[in-house]
Amino acid sequence: MVDTLFRIFALIRKELLAVLKDPKSRVTVLVPPILQCLIFGNAASYDLNRVPYVLLDLDHSGASHALVAAIEGSGVFERAATLDDASQIAEPITRRQAALAVVIGHGFERRLMHAETAQVQVITDGRNTNTAGTAQGYLGTITADFAEAWRADHGYPATPGVRIETRAWYNPNLETRWNMIPSLIGSITMMMTMILTAMSVAREREAGTFEQLLVTPYRPTEIMIGKAVPSMLVGLVQASSILLVAQLWFRIPFAGSYGLLYLCLVEFLAASVGIGLFISSIARNLQQAMIGSVVVVMPFMLMSGLTTPIMTMPDALQALTALNPLRYAISMTREIYLEAAGIRQLLPEMLSLLAIAAITLPIAAWMFRNRMA
Amino acid sequence: MSPPAEAPPDAPRPVHVKAARKVFRPAGRDPVVAVDGVSFSAPRSTLTALVGPDGGGKTTLLRMMAGLVAPDGGSIRILGFDVAADPQPVHERIGYMPQKFGLYEDLTVGQNMALYADLHGVDRDARATVFPRLLKMTDLGPFTGRLAGALSGGMKQKLGLACTLVRSPELLLLDEPTVGVDPLSRRELWAIVRQLVGESGLTVVVSTSYLDEAAFCDHTVALHQGRVLAEGTPAEITARAAGRVFVATSGPATPARQLQAHLFQQPGVVDAVPEAGQVRVVVEQPGLPPRADDALVVACTPTAPRYEDGFMVLFRAAVGDAPAASIDLTRRPDGPAELPVVEVSDLVRRFGDFVAVNHVSFAVRRGEIFGLLGPNGAGKSTTFRMLCGLIPASGGTLRVAGADLRNARAEARQRLGYVAQKFSLYGDLSVHENLDFFASAYGLRGKAKRARIAWAKAQFELEAVARVPSGQLPGGYKQRLAMAAALLHEPGILFLDEATSGADPLARRAFWGRITHLAEQGVTVIVTTHFMEEAEYCDRIIIMDGGSALAMGPPAEIRAQARSGDGHEPTMEDAFIAIVEAARQVAREAAA
Repeated sequence: MVDTLFRIFALIRKELLAVLKDPKSRVTVLVPPILQCLIFGNAASYDLNRVPYVLLDLDHSGASHALVAAIEGSGVFERAATLDDASQIAEPITRRQAALAVVIGHGFERRLMHAETAQVQVITDGRNTNTAGTAQGYLGTITADFAEAWRADHGYPATPGVRIETRAWYNPNLETRWNMIPSLIGSITMMMTMILTAMSVAREREAGTFEQLLVTPYRPTEIMIGKAVPSMLVGLVQASSILLVAQLWFRIPFAGSYGLLYLCLVEFLAASVGIGLFISSIARNLQQAMIGSVVVVMPFMLMSGLTTPIMTMPDALQALTALNPLRYAISMTREIYLEAAGIRQLLPEMLSLLAIAAITLPIAAWMFRNRMA
Repeated sequence: MSPPAEAPPDAPRPVHVKAARKVFRPAGRDPVVAVDGVSFSAPRSTLTALVGPDGGGKTTLLRMMAGLVAPDGGSIRILGFDVAADPQPVHERIGYMPQKFGLYEDLTVGQNMALYADLHGVDRDARATVFPRLLKMTDLGPFTGRLAGALSGGMKQKLGLACTLVRSPELLLLDEPTVGVDPLSRRELWAIVRQLVGESGLTVVVSTSYLDEAAFCDHTVALHQGRVLAEGTPAEITARAAGRVFVATSGPATPARQLQAHLFQQPGVVDAVPEAGQVRVVVEQPGLPPRADDALVVACTPTAPRYEDGFMVLFRAAVGDAPAASIDLTRRPDGPAELPVVEVSDLVRRFGDFVAVNHVSFAVRRGEIFGLLGPNGAGKSTTFRMLCGLIPASGGTLRVAGADLRNARAEARQRLGYVAQKFSLYGDLSVHENLDFFASAYGLRGKAKRARIAWAKAQFELEAVARVPSGQLPGGYKQRLAMAAALLHEPGILFLDEATSGADPLARRAFWGRITHLAEQGVTVIVTTHFMEEAEYCDRIIIMDGGSALAMGPPAEIRAQARSGDGHEPTMEDAFIAIVEAARQVAREAAA
C-alpha cells in the first residue's frame, strides 16, 4: 500500500514537472483562463442601455402616459415605434428592429383606480434570451416602482398593482436566472483540463514512453490516478484564478461556502478528467486526442446551459445533458456562488458527477492496457 | 602518355559541392552544426556513397543537394545550377528518394506509380516505355495490383525507387535506401542501382550507414559529425588498414565475444568484432599483431582488409578513445543456472488477416544472450512486445520468469528491464529526473534509491550530464541513459529492442561490451537487431522472416547451414540469405 502511494506520488510529481518545466505550458495553464474570463465577462455584459422597444398604448390615459414616461426615463429603453394595433407587433420584433414590445391594455388606469390588478403585456424576442431576459427584469422593476409611486400620489391603499405578463416569442420558456461569470468557473476549467488530460497520455503514447511506463510495476489504476490528479490540481488552480477575477475584477459577491464549492469542483474535475483520459486512451496520437477533445468539448459547452437554457432544448437533448458534467458544474457553481445553496440542495448533482467519474475513470484505466496500437 | 581514364577535371560534373555548411538552430537549444565544410564532386555516370554513422550529416547534405534545405555557407552546384539560388531547374532534373519515401499505402503498386507519373507530368507514351522497364527491373511486375501497404520492407523500397525513376532523372539521390531492409532485398536493391549507373548512365549519390555497402560504389565520402573523414575509391579507403587486420582465434572454452571484449580494451587496438566464431582485429601499427592474454588467444593470423577496417582506422583517429564498455552489478541475479527464464511455445499474433508472428517457439536459459534477428517487419518487435506483456498473444503460451506478463501481478514486471526501440524516456526531464522517476516507478526510495541512481550515473558516465534535459542529449548518451534506467532495479532479465540502431560503430561495440559483461554476471538478455553481424555476440539466435522462425541455434551452427564447399566461412548475412532462399524454395515446391 505504501509502495503504491510512493509510486503514484512519483508519477504525479513527474506529470507536474512536465507541465511546469516547459515555459510554454506554464503560460498555457494560467493565462488563457484569466484572459477568457475577462473576455467572456466583458463581452457578455448584461448591463443594458438604449434597448429599442415598440409601444402599443391602448389605454391612452394619464396612468399609461406616466408609465411610458417612467420606462423611457430609465435610460434603458428607447422607443423605436409607436403602434396603433396589436397586429403591428410582429413585424418590428421579427425584423429585430425592436427587442421587445410593451402593450398597455384597455382599462389600465381604471383598474388601478379600482384597486384591481392592471395588466401590462411584454412581448420579447426569445431568440436573444440574454437581452430579453434582462430587459424584462428591468421592466418589472420599473413598473413595480411606478405602481407604488402612482398609488402613493393618488392616495390609494396598498393593493395589487401592475402585473406584467410576459410572452417570449420564439422561445417560450425563457430562462432568465443566469449569471455568466460563475458559470465560467466550470466551463473554462473543463475545456482546459480535458484537453490537458487527453493530450497527456497521447503524448506519451506517441513518444513511446507509455510503453516504458506499462512495463514498470505500475498498475493501470495507479497510472490513471497519477494522470488524473495533476490535471485536477491544474484545474483547481485555474478555477481559483477565475474565482479571484470574478470577485476582484467583476466584484460579484460570493454568497456560499468555499468548502462546498471546492468539494463540488473536485468532483466535477474528476468527471471531466475521466472523459479526457477516456479520449486519450482511445486516441492513437496527439492529433487524434486534440481533435477528439475539441469534438467532445463543443457539445458539452452548447448543452450545458451556459448560453442556451436547457429547458428550451428538445426532450431527447435534455435527457442527454444528464451525461454532461458541465451542466451540473454550471448550476452548482451558480447556486453556491449566488444563492448560497447547501449540500442538501446540491446532492443530486453531486451524485450524478460522482457517477460519471466512477464510470469514465475505470474505463480509461482498462483501455490503457487493452487498447494498444 | 595514355589519356586518363577519368573525365578531365574541367568536364562538367553533375555534382559539385564546395565547403557546404548547415547549422540548425532549434529554439532554446544550442545550435547544431549538421554539415561542417564538406566538399566533394561526382563525375557523370558514377555511383558515389556518403558513408558514416547516423548523425554524420548525410541526410542534411543530400537534402541540400536536392534543394530542400538552404545551405548556410559554401556552394552546391547540381547539373550546372546553383541549387541555393535556382532550385527549380534542379527539382525538375533530379530524383530524390528520402529515407521514408511517401508511398500511398492504400493505393496499389500500379496506382502509386501512375500517381507519381501524374505528379511529374509524365505523358502516356513515356509511361508505356518506362513502366514495363521499371517493373521488370524491380521484379514488381506480378504485384502491380497489390496494395503498397501490404508489401514487405524490401519491396516497398523498390517501389519507392521505381516511383522516383518514373520521369527518368539525370541525377538520382538516395537517402539510406537499404536501412532495415532484409539482406536479400538489400543485395537486389544494390544490383538495381548498379544497373542504373552501368546501363542507363545515371549519376547516383547514395547515403548509407552500412559500411559494407560502400564496396559497391565507385567513390566514397566518409562522413562523421558533419565533416569529411576521408574521400576516395573503396580500394583507397580499404588500403588505410593494409597490414593492420588480423583474425584471432580463441580456445574452445572461450566464446568469441569474450575474446572480442578483451581485445577491444587492449592498447593499440583500433577495432575488434566477432566474426564467424573468431575475432577480427584492426591494430594501430601495421604488421604488429595485437598483444593479448595468451590464455585467450590460440592463433592470430593476418588477413586482407575490408572497407570497414579502413573506415574504423579513420574513425578512431577522429574520435579517440573507445568508450568504457564494462558494467558491474552490485547484486547478481540468483536462481538455478540451467532453468529456462523465458519460454515461448507456439506463439501466434494476428492483426486482422495479417499474421505477424506465426507459431514461434523458443526458450532462453538464465544468463544467456538470446538474439531475435530479421529485417524490419519480420515479427521480432511484435514477439518482443508480447513477451513484455504490451500486447496480448492471439495463440500459444509464453512465460517470462514463470509468469505471463499480460495478466501477471505487477510484481512480475519488477524482474525485467526494457529498453525500447526508439528513445522512450521523458525528453523534457533532466537525466537525473528521469532516473529518479524510474527508480521510484520500480519501488525504490530513500537511501536505496539514491545509491542506485549514483551507481547508474557512475556506471554509464552520466554524472556530467545529470542536469541536461534528456531530449537534448547526443544519441550515445540517450542510449546509455535508457539502459541505465532499465537497470536501476537490478532486473534479472533485460529486453533490448533494436537498441543499437542509430548508434555509431564505437558506441555499438561499447554497448555489446556491456551486454556481454551483464550476461557474465547472470543477467538474461533478449535482444532484437537487424544488424546480422551482431548475431555473433549472442549465445543463441532465432532468425525470423515474415513472422516465422527460419532457424534457431548458436551462431556457429546457423552459419554452418550455409557453408559451401569452397572452404570460405560464410558470414551471418550469407547464412541469412541462404536460409531465406531455402525456405522460399520449400514454399514454392509445396505450392507446385
